[in-house]
Amino acid sequence: MQPKASVNDFVIKFANVNGTGSASANGMFAKAIFRMGIPVSPRNIFPSNIQGMPTWYEVRVSEYGYLGRRGGTDIMVCVNPQSMQRDVAEVDAGGYFIYDSTKPLDLRLVRKDIHYIGIPFTEICLREYTDARQRLLFKNVIYVGALAALLNIDFGILKDLVSEQFKGKEKLITPNVYALELGYQYASSNFDCPVPMHLEPGHSVGKHIGDFENILMDGNTAIALGAVYAGATVAAWYPITPSTSVIDAFDKYCRRLRIDPGTGKKNYAIVQAEDELSAMGMVIGACWNGARAFTATSGPGVSLMSEFLGLAYFAEVPAVLVDVQRAGPSTGMPTRTQQSDVLMAAYASHGDTKHVMLFPGTPAECFSMTLDAFDLAERLQTPVIIMSDLELGMNECMSPPLEFDDERRYDRGKVLDADALDDMTERWGRYLDVDGDGIPYRTYPGAHPSKGSYFTRGSSKDEYAAYTEDGAAYVRNMDRLLKKFETAKSLVPPPKIKQADAETTMGAVFFGTTASPAYEATEILAKEGIHLDTMRIRSFPFNEDVEEFIETHDRVFIIEQNRDGQMRRLMLNETKVHMKDKLVAILEYDGLPITALKIASMIRNYVLGGNITPIHGLETTEDVAS
Amino acid sequence: MTYVKPMFRHPDAPVNGLGHTRQVYEGGLSTLCAGCGHDSISAAIIDACFELSIEPHRVAKLSGIGCSSKTPAYFLSGSHSFNSVHGRMPSVATGANLANRDLIYIGVSGDGDTASIGLGQFSHVVRRNLNMTYLVENNGCYGLTKGQDSATMDSGSRNKKGDLNQYSPIDLARLAIEIGATFVGRSFSGDKQQLIPLIKAAISHRGFALLDVVSPCVTFNNHADSTKSYEHMRQVNAPMPVDFVPMREEITASYDAGNTCEVCMHDGSVVRLYKHDNDYDIEDRQSALQAAHHYASEGKILTGLLYIERDSEELHDVLDTSRRPLNSMDEKQLCPGSRLLDSINAGLR
Ligand SMILES: Cc1ncc(C[n+]2csc(CCOP(=O)(O)OP(=O)(O)O)c2C)c(N)n1
Ligand code: SF4
Ligand SMILES: [Mg+2]
Repeated sequence: MQPKASVNDFVIKFANVNGTGSASANGMFAKAIFRMGIPVSPRNIFPSNIQGMPTWYEVRVSEYGYLGRRGGTDIMVCVNPQSMQRDVAEVDAGGYFIYDSTKPLDLRLVRKDIHYIGIPFTEICLREYTDARQRLLFKNVIYVGALAALLNIDFGILKDLVSEQFKGKEKLITPNVYALELGYQYASSNFDCPVPMHLEPGHSVGKHIGDFENILMDGNTAIALGAVYAGATVAAWYPITPSTSVIDAFDKYCRRLRIDPGTGKKNYAIVQAEDELSAMGMVIGACWNGARAFTATSGPGVSLMSEFLGLAYFAEVPAVLVDVQRAGPSTGMPTRTQQSDVLMAAYASHGDTKHVMLFPGTPAECFSMTLDAFDLAERLQTPVIIMSDLELGMNECMSPPLEFDDERRYDRGKVLDADALDDMTERWGRYLDVDGDGIPYRTYPGAHPSKGSYFTRGSSKDEYAAYTEDGAAYVRNMDRLLKKFETAKSLVPPPKIKQADAETTMGAVFFGTTASPAYEATEILAKEGIHLDTMRIRSFPFNEDVEEFIETHDRVFIIEQNRDGQMRRLMLNETKVHMKDKLVAILEYDGLPITALKIASMIRNYVLGGNITPIHGLETTEDVAS
Repeated sequence: MTYVKPMFRHPDAPVNGLGHTRQVYEGGLSTLCAGCGHDSISAAIIDACFELSIEPHRVAKLSGIGCSSKTPAYFLSGSHSFNSVHGRMPSVATGANLANRDLIYIGVSGDGDTASIGLGQFSHVVRRNLNMTYLVENNGCYGLTKGQDSATMDSGSRNKKGDLNQYSPIDLARLAIEIGATFVGRSFSGDKQQLIPLIKAAISHRGFALLDVVSPCVTFNNHADSTKSYEHMRQVNAPMPVDFVPMREEITASYDAGNTCEVCMHDGSVVRLYKHDNDYDIEDRQSALQAAHHYASEGKILTGLLYIERDSEELHDVLDTSRRPLNSMDEKQLCPGSRLLDSINAGLR
């Protein structure tokens, strides 16, 4: 079979063992391609374990700028004998299998339809290094060097990356460059380089990427920077994958950017709480007292925070919560991605409760939405939940740069200070709807010697914050909260709607990390004559644009990464749509990021055959809303 | 039913250093059962704050859920208050304190709120040495949910239904000393003489101050075979009298030097304790634990200031936060601006 050929368009996968230092070599590989100006999207597929288990790093190179997962593997770099059998099986016909040829390949692993490139990594390491740790670490660098020759990576860029990585530890630069050269030399003197599937600089028009100068970063770091820029001063948290790096990054940037120049003291406080309940309690206490505070967690943490979220909703205390979703329920698959906390987050806590949610799709949006989240939380005096996921949070994503307008001022919402309290002629009521938008005025503790103190509570109260069990007063308060939620619709980021190239009555709806593969899928389908208008949801509550999109299409595919079609259910619940069948669930929930090919095939099957081929054996179209 | 307090004020009512009468420190009318120990503790808090000349609006009151946790409504109506969720007041207090280190934080909790559902948060707020006063109004039962046994109920005590408690009790004061509290007092709602100066000392303490105050529930746990009844407490209480001398005030009372100890607080005020036993060193954890244990083994309850560690590092010291409250900072201090962001972007290419 002819080897696959393509320029700047393939999927390469590295099969590693975790805890062996492969991450930094793999990162260097992806970054070098990015620096060549070619759109790239790397992903870690890792176990919930610290050392010794198989782990994969999948890199998609797409000169069109498709950043979602494509599906399939063109090139497999196998450094892990443990997983070799399944790694060989996974390569697409015509693809390449790069392996350690120190030992001869097991004949059972030989396929006729793929191309084998054997490089004796272990042998080279044994020859070059005496120290066991070095042998392990440099093996990674050597395969990157070999790939540079095989795939035509700019060697100068790799050298730059090594120098940047070891800034301050200059002694390490030469040995790392040497290791790159070892791999490069071996590959170029033993194989025809580059192979037919390779890279070429200057092809980088990435039509979905635009002209801006892209960056490569993970969403969690972008959220952390957003919190720094938004003026968050208190962060309370409890460690959990995949959200831990939000706080790690916040800590790192605060140490750099938040040390008071006069005193050397910290203009922030980070507390590792005893659990997520406590983390949320601290956030609420700090926000009640006029600071901007946040916490980051994943599904299990949100479950624990529910009672407190209800308190903040009902007592009207701002709070910012970052939920980096992973595969549930319960401990689920802690290192795999999903969008399965949508319903829980929307209605977290007992009683009639609803929360504002934001759905970032890129690191740039993680940053800007975190800025928005703090403003919204204080403007609306309610929790705001940023719904990210493992795919966005923990992988390096190509993104427009982060943007901040120096004219931007924090919106601290309706807060009465001492002067405002003195100027008031009428009686102040903490829960009085003065402006007709459902949002009352609040005060900070200690603001005024004799005015503005009140009793914050999770129990029923009247407009003046006095405890009440009067049904009518309770209903007035609950209805005002609903009005406030209505006001939120005009404040949250609106959806992004794109018209198909041809007239169509069908639409596709998606959010967060489903967006990239969904856009790609619609393009695949458009070439086949199946046209879809698209709407990328960016927030909850849904505004009129969302209503109208659903209203004006006969069929709307809701694409998401969970079993139960949670966004679809939320739309059925929270919009005026009355025809349940109009919203068709397109679902993927195996814990790996949804791919364009799967989305396209599910929609194609539905459109052509009036049905969906279930991907995981379960009926997905019928009645998921009941 | 609405409760309206009489607004009449005696023209000669005494005033404190700020010119406030005691009335300024009062709260709404209590809705607790007549005779509930918790009301006496509210009254003691009012007296303590009045006598300390604290500005009410500089106090933040925090509580969990329970009859005890309702009481912040009944004192210091000029202070902000946060009645949070069951057992979680410590975390809310922690967040509030991180946001503004300049207020005085008074937390009120119950034995259910602290020793059962909230034992985790309680332990951790102790460990963090949060600068606050934490009062447990300890009645050995869940008052608000109608008298179920709590984790501080002594083994051998019987509840109102007559059931014997066979579980071993949690002694919050001893636990707090064990895990690093820097101020631990025990008292009795019926002993105003001791409770008021203890509250003053707790408020003056820089760091976490626990006051575990036995506070009988007249409705569910004040019967003959309860060990948290008024009657029983009066029999077993072994009080160490406490005096609190505010800063800059001359110490006048004379005392018998052998069994008295004086502790100079962080703000210059002085706490004087009249001990029963010369060897008891209230600045030594082991000694404090031994003393409490010794009395317990004789069926007595030692009350007073049990343990104090002066000059400890409170949470803000440990975190090294700015002197200036975090909630008073704005864009100028907090936002690094777009140029810096440009350089961060550049580093990500
Ligand atoms: C999560 C939760 N569980 C249970 C309750 C019900 N509840 C309210 S008060 C209380 C016990 C209070 O006991 P304690 O703290 O000792 O206060 P007391 O009423 O005795 O002063 C309970 C169980 C609740 N409010 N929240
Ligand atoms: S039930 Fe007990 S604790 Fe509650 S108010 Fe009555 S006496 Fe006090
Ligand atoms: Mg109780």
